[in-house]
Amino acid sequence: MTSTFRGSAPTDDRPRPAVRAPRGRARGAPAGRRLRGWMSATWFLLPALLLFLFFVLIPIFVAFYTSFFTWGGFGRPEDFAGLDNYRKLAGDPVFRGDLWRGLFLVVLSIAVQLPVALGTAVLLNQRMRGRAVYRAVFFAPYILSEVIAGVLFGIIFLPGTGLADTLVRDLPLVGGLAGGWFSDAGTALPTLFAVMTWKYFGFHMMIYLAGLQGIPPEVLEAASIDGAGPWRRFRGVTLPLLAPTLRISVFLSVIGSIQLFDLVWVTTTGGPTHSTETMAVTMFQFGFKRYQMGYASAISVAMFLISMVFSLLYQRYALRRDLQGAVTSAGGRR
Amino acid sequence: MRASLARSASRHTLVWVLGSFIVVPLLYAVVSGFKTTGDLTTDPVGLPSPWKVSNYTGILSSGDFWRQIGNSVMIAVATTVLTVAAAALAAFAFARYAFRGREFFFTLFAAGLMFPPAVAVLPLFVLLRSFGLLDDPLGVILPQAAFALPITIIILRSFFRTIPAELEEAAIMDGCSRFGFFWRILLPMARPALGTVSVLAIVTSWNNFFLPLLVLADPKWQTIPVGIQQFQGQYSTNYALVIAYIVLAMVPAVAFYAVAERQLIGGLTAGATKG
Repeated sequence: MTSTFRGSAPTDDRPRPAVRAPRGRARGAPAGRRLRGWMSATWFLLPALLLFLFFVLIPIFVAFYTSFFTWGGFGRPEDFAGLDNYRKLAGDPVFRGDLWRGLFLVVLSIAVQLPVALGTAVLLNQRMRGRAVYRAVFFAPYILSEVIAGVLFGIIFLPGTGLADTLVRDLPLVGGLAGGWFSDAGTALPTLFAVMTWKYFGFHMMIYLAGLQGIPPEVLEAASIDGAGPWRRFRGVTLPLLAPTLRISVFLSVIGSIQLFDLVWVTTTGGPTHSTETMAVTMFQFGFKRYQMGYASAISVAMFLISMVFSLLYQRYALRRDLQGAVTSAGGRR
Repeated sequence: MRASLARSASRHTLVWVLGSFIVVPLLYAVVSGFKTTGDLTTDPVGLPSPWKVSNYTGILSSGDFWRQIGNSVMIAVATTVLTVAAAALAAFAFARYAFRGREFFFTLFAAGLMFPPAVAVLPLFVLLRSFGLLDDPLGVILPQAAFALPITIIILRSFFRTIPAELEEAAIMDGCSRFGFFWRILLPMARPALGTVSVLAIVTSWNNFFLPLLVLADPKWQTIPVGIQQFQGQYSTNYALVIAYIVLAMVPAVAFYAVAERQLIGGLTAGATKG
């Protein structure tokens, strides 16, 4: 143990050299020091706990509370409405549309954006001249804010005079897209997806590249010696070994689509006729444009529950082995 | 030999085609900033003639732009200092102490990863109003730090765990307090990890729009993303000027990326694989 300084990162609590803590929940320090440990640990934890309590946990509880009231946002919520807001939510075609649009974006991301990002990562994982520059270029949009991306593409997709129309107008097949983009209810959501792809493509590519670099070359060599061609090596070795990274990127795509706001707000504010509206946009509309805070809180709660249920199920069934020690598997051991 | 040359050529071509989708919009933005709006709409593809610098120089000489940059810098730095300080202390406790409820608290923080900040924005607004923190940079800094805690704690904890316990025991034998060990030995050793989480926090804060939009209505405190949106509303038909504004707003982000690339990517991949 003394020899490894920073080399092999242990994924679990390391055994202590002389005195071993008794097995149980409190591992990692000699038993005698435990009480004092708890007292001073409190001081170390306090700033983070207070911040988290006041600005993450309490707001979520407040949202639950106010969602049971009809409330304009001023004074105390007094007009108790029970489940009215939720009943209204369930019957609201815009909210139901939000769910479908969210699902649409998630499905497109998984079906289009992620495979292309994976292909590009595999491509850029090979030795080639200018590889570092290519990577930096693909990643560049990720560091720009969604507001910048939104404003830029709002201008690029201007009907009639924008860059996109000029480029596409005289082409076969795609020429019919000219004049539509964000201004047509039928094409606005796919256009939004295109901008999302532009912005987040490089991020997914980059985490795949990191995952690919974690695959030991010996395994691929061994497969190659056994007579596996490039496609079989990809299917049989690379893909399974990359599975944890893929699962994380799917997770991030879904959570990202659930809370999508900036890009929509800057490009279309949800229009035309709600065709690009997301849950977060609907919430903002009701909360800060129409001052129906109770109803808007119900939307917040719905977003919370959807992401919570999704996360738990996903963690339970997909991420279990990947997230050692993070959420589900306490302390990295089950 | 020839086959591999052809393969390499086709690889490059493929990357160029894909890359052009990324690059063309950016080049278009930089070039369009030099046009008049008339030129921009009649000929979006061509080069400007003559190259007009007044869009850029006009913005650079306006106080609003610089004030927004200043606000964004101030808020990002404060958020980052607060996030990293609070998270490092907590990660130290999680990595080094055995105490009752450790796993519960860690799970609580880690669960924070699953909550989209958009969920909390509305009640946060109500809460900040009752604390009197609207139109106050603290109203953005504190929640941003709180939402950055989970990922920061997770990354730092896993780094702190790699530092051998013997070191701590030796330091304590030599009369170092727990906090002294943390402050004088652990933190300096953790510099690479601290760099990574700092860069992550800065970028997240810099790009944040939703919260500053709600909290900072007073133009005095507006950050750059909110400023862009305001500017777009104000000059909605002067496209060339709006584009020049966003191009200038890109510069700090791109410059920062150039400097901190390694840390940023390290952080994202660590964050992504650790949860």
